[in-house]
Amino acid sequence: MTAAVLLDRVTVRFGAFTAVRAASVEIAAGEFFSFLGPSGCGKTTLLRTISGLVEPSEGRVLIGGRDMAGIGPNRRPTALIFQNLALFPLMSVAENIAYGLKVRGVPRAARRARVEELLELIALPGAADKRIDELSGGQRQRVAIARALAVEPQVLLLDEPLSALDLKLRQHMRNELRSIQRRVGLTFVYITHDQGEALAMSDRIAVMNHGVIEQVGTGRAVYEAPRTPFVASFVGESNALPGRVLATADGLARVATALGPLAGRDPAGLRVGEEAILFVRPECLLLDPPEEAERIEARAGEETYEGSTSHLAFTTADGRRLTLATGRDGGERPAPGTVCTLGWRARDAIVLASRTDPDRGDG
Amino acid sequence: MSREPFGRLLVGLYLVLFFLWLFGPLAVMAVTAFNVSAYPQIHPFEGFTLDWFARLLADRDVVYGVRQSFWIGLWVVLLSVPTGLAGALVMLQIDRRARGLYYLVVVSPVLTPGVIIGISTVIFWREWTFALDQRWLYQGTVLTVLAQSSFISAYTMLIFLSRLQRFDRTLEEAALDLGASRTRIFFDILLPYLRPAIFTAAVLAFLSSFENYNTTTFAILADKTLTTVLAGRVRQGTTPAISALAVLIILVTVVGALVYELAKRREERARLRRAAVARRAEVAEELAGEPAAGVLRSPA
Amino acid sequence: MHASVGKILVLAVPVLLLLAFLLLGLWERRALGRAAGPSFVARNGAPVAIWLVLMVGFWTIVLIVLPLLHMVDLSFRPKLPPAQVGGPQDLYTLDNYRFFLFGGGFSASGWNDTHIQAFLITILASILITILNLALCYPLAFYMAKVAPEARLRLLMLLLVTPYWVNEILRAFAFRILFGTQGVLNKALLGAGLLTEPIDFIGQNVALYAGLSYAYLLLMVFPLYNAIESLDRNQLEAARDLGAPWWRIHLDIVIPHSRPGIASGTTLVFMLTAGALAAPQVLSGPNTLWFTPIVYDRFYQAFNWPQGAAYAFILLVTCIVFVLGVLRLFRLGLGEMHR
Repeated sequence: MTAAVLLDRVTVRFGAFTAVRAASVEIAAGEFFSFLGPSGCGKTTLLRTISGLVEPSEGRVLIGGRDMAGIGPNRRPTALIFQNLALFPLMSVAENIAYGLKVRGVPRAARRARVEELLELIALPGAADKRIDELSGGQRQRVAIARALAVEPQVLLLDEPLSALDLKLRQHMRNELRSIQRRVGLTFVYITHDQGEALAMSDRIAVMNHGVIEQVGTGRAVYEAPRTPFVASFVGESNALPGRVLATADGLARVATALGPLAGRDPAGLRVGEEAILFVRPECLLLDPPEEAERIEARAGEETYEGSTSHLAFTTADGRRLTLATGRDGGERPAPGTVCTLGWRARDAIVLASRTDPDRGDG
Repeated sequence: MSREPFGRLLVGLYLVLFFLWLFGPLAVMAVTAFNVSAYPQIHPFEGFTLDWFARLLADRDVVYGVRQSFWIGLWVVLLSVPTGLAGALVMLQIDRRARGLYYLVVVSPVLTPGVIIGISTVIFWREWTFALDQRWLYQGTVLTVLAQSSFISAYTMLIFLSRLQRFDRTLEEAALDLGASRTRIFFDILLPYLRPAIFTAAVLAFLSSFENYNTTTFAILADKTLTTVLAGRVRQGTTPAISALAVLIILVTVVGALVYELAKRREERARLRRAAVARRAEVAEELAGEPAAGVLRSPA
Repeated sequence: MHASVGKILVLAVPVLLLLAFLLLGLWERRALGRAAGPSFVARNGAPVAIWLVLMVGFWTIVLIVLPLLHMVDLSFRPKLPPAQVGGPQDLYTLDNYRFFLFGGGFSASGWNDTHIQAFLITILASILITILNLALCYPLAFYMAKVAPEARLRLLMLLLVTPYWVNEILRAFAFRILFGTQGVLNKALLGAGLLTEPIDFIGQNVALYAGLSYAYLLLMVFPLYNAIESLDRNQLEAARDLGAPWWRIHLDIVIPHSRPGIASGTTLVFMLTAGALAAPQVLSGPNTLWFTPIVYDRFYQAFNWPQGAAYAFILLVTCIVFVLGVLRLFRLGLGEMHR
């Protein structure tokens, strides 16, 4: 089946600066796909390249199997929802939503009908003649979505649309966007720097850093089996213990760290002597580790109570900070200052080659 | 500036003197317009009269001059507003290195004495209308419109530039993304945004043209505008009819300014009303913890 | 050298300029490669692009550059009856400029005393008037920019602009009412017993200079105001905090910051004063000398257009020299002046 969007080694350069480097990814039709990464990682540039507002310096963009080279943004089967929404301030809500149709020569009656339909969809039935500056943030959001849906694009591109909303609204809109996507069956390409959002909404995620796609996979894959140190530390929280690989066996690797030889999963098959980092998530650290677990000593610090979870801070002998997360039934909390033994099951940790060179992508 | 009372007194004195100096001569002139005496004076005030106004309005040359000034002003607006807009758009798209030279060329008429603009326009057009045998172009009104437009377009360009600086480019991108052609975007998005600036530029262009003298006096050839008629009258002699004209002009501009101020206030009130509506919707949203008017529904 | 050479040159200059622009643009695009973004035509759509090029081309070439070049060209040519223009006698000459310096050979000293005097007086007076304007307007501009509260500022702006809606001829006329021998000022002074006879303000040029100082105040205030307005108030507070007296604050902080505004204001006022026509025509006595009316007379009294063009060119060069001088004095580039 033809991919909805195919990026083939897309590189985007602005003068001497490379914003996106050899990005290759295939997005299936009907998928909710997210690009996740910190500010400046190139995800917005990539989105704009798909939409046609930016031409790639190298590589190809294919939408629905067609090469989009030389095809401007006004002729691509995409619709973009901008971060600042870019609603036309001098037009009413109905005129905004109908703009794409007007441009395509759809007659007035048909336009009006479609606008009514979409206003029903976004639950703003009486708002047709309102001006944009009479709307709340959430209402503007939805008008932007309606305006994009009106032109029936093959791919909907969303540029961090929820970042301007407050927390509760954001969580509600997450669910709404997801359910719209499922019902309409449209391919969504979503970019965000909020990994909780990406994990909650997406079918698959591409994690980006400095213009490079470091990993593509489902939320679970990216969270539980990160392939690069960046992904391991950016998606979710991680405790990181650097060292050198001592030995590998049975899919595990033992790493010589400042706290002693410690083991974790070795999915990539590292070589002995290689520089590596051992990552273990706070929720996998145990206060009362069983016999067969990997063990370290650390001095207890403060507890941060967050309602459903608590984070306990620990400091190791070499000054490294570790975080341990427990639920409400975590048992006795150690008093600050006491030296504790922490541990994890080897299979719950992961060892990844530490790379100083961000150029190696992984797809 | 010192905050002590002495300093404050000094400042106050300065301001009063400054504006006295600014308004004094005009106030004097205004008073003479109502004085019966044949020579403009405020003392002795021989009697109140509106005669000079009547005399003024009966002066056929003055009336003709006003008509010509209006006509020329209209054409100057029609020429210099689009020119200024084009100039501003080009300025924003031109390569950085060329921009300095371009700016120099288009702003040079503003820095050139008006007489030189008038002189050069006449010399140029005389040569070419004669050479190409298009003598109908070589007339006062046409040349004045052309000469004035050369620098008035620079004024309008500056107005458009400042409005364009604050233009949100993502609106153009959104329109593009929705399928609009560039030409469409120009008419649907850019021009509506520029409407206030177009209005301001038109008013400025008209007023600048109407009151211009240095350039007009050369370019107008054998024809007349209000300013050249005025200059002629003044050189012929001193009569209160001219003061009357000044009073009329002041009245017209004060009325114009009031109308403008009222219109602006009304616009502002409407804007505040709409912002209040948005605010109410925001508050409702926050309270409900979800977008106003509930859950999104499925498509039909 | 025959005049036809000049004609070709004059027409060639704008064409070459345009070509230079185009080539620069094309070269820039090639350097950027694929990331150059859409071309000028693509970015504006064909209709708008054509309109832009035609309109701006018309403006710059036909309304600005060509007329000026033609005027300069004419200033170097002899005065000929229309039939002989372009003919064999139309050769380039410096006669018109020589006339400015040496006159028609009628004066005793061999120099064109009247015109040279007028020129020098105009320059000197304009410079002095400009400086006076600067001194008068600076405090007001500073007050408006930094001290006045919002409501008062709007009132001040309105008060400032209103007099300038009245035409400059009428404003000059108001001064004639004030300064005439039967004018308000003389009457007041006579009435108060300070004078036994009216003073001929007009004949003594007092009226003219007063009128000129008055005429362009607004154009000095606004550039100054804009420049001072952009100064961060915190800098002033900091300086005051450190104990600097008010005159030091102005000298060390405000004035250096507002150099672009000062430059703008002074060049504008100088240019308008030196090039003033209305005020001298209205307020001059029989012996008053001012340069621009002389230029006017070359055209419409002596009917010697090439000479008039030469005089106009002299005026233009003077203004340019002044502008460059001010820029150099304040160490500014041309673009910075219009901040």
